[in-house]
Amino acid sequence: MSSLGTPASSDSHLATVANGRAIDRAAVPELSLEEFQQAILAAVGRDQRVVALFGMLDPDPAIVPLYLVLADDQQSSLRLARTRVRGDRYPSLTPRCPQLHLFEREIAEQFGIRAEGHPWLKPVRYHRSYRPGHDAWGRSESQPLIAGVTDYFRVEGTDVHEVAVGPVHAGVIEPGHFRFQCHGEDVFHLEISLGYQHRGVERALIGGPNPRSIHYAETLAGDTTVGHATAYCQVFEALGRCQKTPRSQTLRGIALELERLANHVGDLGALAGDVGFLPTASFCGRIRGDFLNMTATLCGSRFGRGMIRPGGVAFDVDAPILDDLLERLDASEKDCKSAVDLLWDSPSVMSRFEDVGRLPLAAAQDLGLVGPAARACGLQRDARHDHPSGIFRFAHIPVSTCDGGDVFARAYVRWLEIRHSIDFVREQLGALPSGAVRGDVKPPCPDQLAVSLIEGWRGEICHVALTDANGRFERYKVVDPSFHNWTGLAYALRNQQISDFPLCNKSFNLSYCGHDL
Amino acid sequence: MFNALLARLHQGHRTIEYPDAPPPPLPERFRGRPTIDASKCPDGCALCAEACPTQAIENSDKPRIDLGRCLFCSDCVNACPAGAIRYTRDYRLAVRQRADLVVHPDREIKLAAAFDEKLKRLFGRSLKLRQVSAGGCNGCESDVNVLGTVGWDLGRFGIQFVASPRHADGLLITGAISQNMRLALMKTYDAVPSPKIVIAVGACAISGGPYAGHPEVQNGAEAAVPIDLYVPGCPPHPLTILDGLLRLLGRIEQGRNLTPDLAIAE
Repeated sequence: MSSLGTPASSDSHLATVANGRAIDRAAVPELSLEEFQQAILAAVGRDQRVVALFGMLDPDPAIVPLYLVLADDQQSSLRLARTRVRGDRYPSLTPRCPQLHLFEREIAEQFGIRAEGHPWLKPVRYHRSYRPGHDAWGRSESQPLIAGVTDYFRVEGTDVHEVAVGPVHAGVIEPGHFRFQCHGEDVFHLEISLGYQHRGVERALIGGPNPRSIHYAETLAGDTTVGHATAYCQVFEALGRCQKTPRSQTLRGIALELERLANHVGDLGALAGDVGFLPTASFCGRIRGDFLNMTATLCGSRFGRGMIRPGGVAFDVDAPILDDLLERLDASEKDCKSAVDLLWDSPSVMSRFEDVGRLPLAAAQDLGLVGPAARACGLQRDARHDHPSGIFRFAHIPVSTCDGGDVFARAYVRWLEIRHSIDFVREQLGALPSGAVRGDVKPPCPDQLAVSLIEGWRGEICHVALTDANGRFERYKVVDPSFHNWTGLAYALRNQQISDFPLCNKSFNLSYCGHDL
Repeated sequence: MFNALLARLHQGHRTIEYPDAPPPPLPERFRGRPTIDASKCPDGCALCAEACPTQAIENSDKPRIDLGRCLFCSDCVNACPAGAIRYTRDYRLAVRQRADLVVHPDREIKLAAAFDEKLKRLFGRSLKLRQVSAGGCNGCESDVNVLGTVGWDLGRFGIQFVASPRHADGLLITGAISQNMRLALMKTYDAVPSPKIVIAVGACAISGGPYAGHPEVQNGAEAAVPIDLYVPGCPPHPLTILDGLLRLLGRIEQGRNLTPDLAIAE
């Protein structure tokens, strides 16, 4: 740690690549571990963000290569570097750069190298190390691994009590474990332990592309099928230098915004339900379905399964479908406005939304939050704007922010985004470029690295693929927005009433399966 | 208050009449039960089986599709040079036996039968379920949740999701059963008082779905608990889930004219 000097002021020693582009793996500079870590600190000091940091297997089992992807949002560019960790430990950067905390934990779990000095180096998903014989916690192969069994933070003292919830919850919800340290009704600290949805997708993607790959992408987070499938296809197309048709890019954008609309509307309804305001809860629950059904009109599936495919999209639209969608969009817009305006007009709702679950801007920045949760703290952060790809290079969607950082802000950002997405979908349906919906699909080239960022409805989705000498995936890294944001939820609960947890949780509405992979 | 009333007027009454009337039309591209016209199959062709991402198609003699594994994608349809496999818009897919999920070119479908009289008396007018989500993508959970919205209003059938296994008559399981959820699933199952039922929703819970064969999962719930109703799909449409639940409870009388639109999906 002490060997890390003043961060360098320039990043000219890093490789630069744009979103949705590939680069020769050999062009990614290999830095010493010290230079690598300095580059991270320097970049974060210049308001760049770590969008991915991951390890992979090396032919030499004593070495773990690490790859770094930084986002420079001002310059719309991504910076790349790599290093090699020899031995089973390296100094943690988390105390100086909190947004790395989960990346370092993930690397420790996957490759058995400890980030020394990490304040809470615990398992993330509860699986065996991918490097047999190298376990970050010294556990033997015969020792059973039980998800959620770990050392939790504990607050000691009279009248302090602990509340444990999950993994099975009261509703129809994904599994996760929540451990609250409480004083009466007040939450001192919330720790979130996940991994129950871990089904080994990242590991299974290695060796692809194969017939299952696109289906893995579509089910990384089922409510973000279009977002993740687009990120996957963008990586695939970058690796193979495929040409994409304008019509397919527009249709992808329409599907992505319909996915955002369905989920944002559903979230506003669920937030209303969590404060006992049934009119909006009932109306939005239904209107969400109207948007899902528009996606089903496009491709037969309410979740967009089968729509996004390498080279473009699998379904075209004709004039009757366009007219039908435009008509339903108008009706849903009116329904939405009628349902959602009730929230802002009702003092009983506003008093429950305002000043609850407040996340300070500085915390959001330090933790590297993304998506509506970040924008609700005032951070201007949106991959559609900062790193546009596809249709978003030509059709701009304003970045919606709010600066309260509370439940209200997270709700209101969603409402602003709903209106922008409706405008966008209407405009694009009315100006669909002619031509094919699918271009040539070429297999990935060997020894490439490609990065793809997509602004899904929860925030920035990052996929990184590295191909081997045969053009197969040697490593496929997925960073779901929830990976960044779960800690934001834990932070937002501090000094809140434990009874406000459902409301705060819903205001983030993070993905368990996207995190657990 | 006045605005809330105006909004209520604007939004109107939206609960579907099904099953007392036909369900709302499904989109033209909806992929329901597939059909196989084996007479079109070229000799020795196995392109459909090769294209299938989950090995749902067996092609030893005539192709057969295991809906328990099927993701309802179009990979087989696109791979077939002769157009032998097509999707219909038939949303009715739920069955009671695992073997009934296999679509043969020349065999009638066998939809889920109702409970016997004893279970019908116990659960027919009140079925409380605990949902366990265990290693999937949250797609099935989303469309199970939809059944609770005003459009579907599952409560009118006496079916409800409850917060404790002690209050439940059975489990509704989604996900491939990750190793990390196996213990929690078993504890939940054991905590449900007998007699109890298990409903497996989605390809993951039936066969492991896209994750079949991963060491991180158990390839579905069957290895852990006995299953009373299989609802295939990835994810199944809410109508498919509701149809399965109502058949199980004997609420869709035989012979009532609810024959779905069997047109081929576009």
